[in-house]
Amino acid sequence: MNGPEIYSTIFGFQLTETVVNTWIIMAIAFVIFYALTRNLKAEGRPGLAQSMGEMVVTTMDNLVGSSMGKDKMQFGAYMLSLMMFLIFCNISGFIGLRAPTADLNVTSTLAIMTFCMIHYSSIKANGIKRYAKEYIEPLPFLLPMNILEQFTLPLSMGFRVFGNLTGGVIIMGLVYGALSEAMYLGLIIPIPLHFYFDGFVAALQAFVFTMLTMVFISKGMDQ
Amino acid sequence: MFLLTFLSQFDGLTVIKAASSIGAGLAMISGIGCGIGQGFAGGKAADAVGLRPECLGLIIKTMLIGAATAQTCNIFGLIVALLLLFANPLLG
Repeated sequence: MNGPEIYSTIFGFQLTETVVNTWIIMAIAFVIFYALTRNLKAEGRPGLAQSMGEMVVTTMDNLVGSSMGKDKMQFGAYMLSLMMFLIFCNISGFIGLRAPTADLNVTSTLAIMTFCMIHYSSIKANGIKRYAKEYIEPLPFLLPMNILEQFTLPLSMGFRVFGNLTGGVIIMGLVYGALSEAMYLGLIIPIPLHFYFDGFVAALQAFVFTMLTMVFISKGMDQ
Repeated sequence: MFLLTFLSQFDGLTVIKAASSIGAGLAMISGIGCGIGQGFAGGKAADAVGLRPECLGLIIKTMLIGAATAQTCNIFGLIVALLLLFANPLLG
């Protein structure tokens, strides 16, 4: 009843509402970020677009520097892309689209990418012997627990974003359905609910996902 | 025992639907733990701001991360309730 609507099936893949909304958000984000990087000036007074772009990049660099340490600044680009993608996807309730991250496929993809990044950078920074020794660290019979802990991390990260946004979609659907007959109440009551579900929860979940990614990558590389 | 004789006079599918609805409501009792955990995090953050008011930004960031992590168990309960209501494997 509340899942994404399937439009058609092409070569065995389903063209759902999630895919089409992701294309629309990609187009909007591409236009915005293309317009932010035209006519950059190194001296003199920069314009409004350049100042906003510099503010965003500097904030993210400070966040990466304070969470992961100054020697891992090369992750800043990926973290900024991840955060911008999540913020744009979660906020799309304001534009009238069903949020793409309210679909378990999208959040599981991002969680699997985080899982691969954690283990790849841990093996690359520590070598495979020290990486394998970490699993037997306190006592050897805790090996199944340590392996299970590595798998529940991306599982819980994916489910956190999916659960919060799907809860928002269902509650807003119920509120709109209940107020569908009252003409004036239906315009006023959903407004603070939209501010909470599509503004606060969206930004918070994007921020928490990115912070957890940064903390676990730096923890895996520093052992 | 009286409950079983009462339920045996209905169709099996109806009993499964009724039990799923009650189970979906019971699954959301996990909201109690979530509320206690997030309220505790907020209280500790308020204490910390009262002790060192110049660290407000860092305290707010830490509190939000802790609160969102405490909300995970409630989300697992919500997933179980949504599964029972909308994508029930027992009715399939």
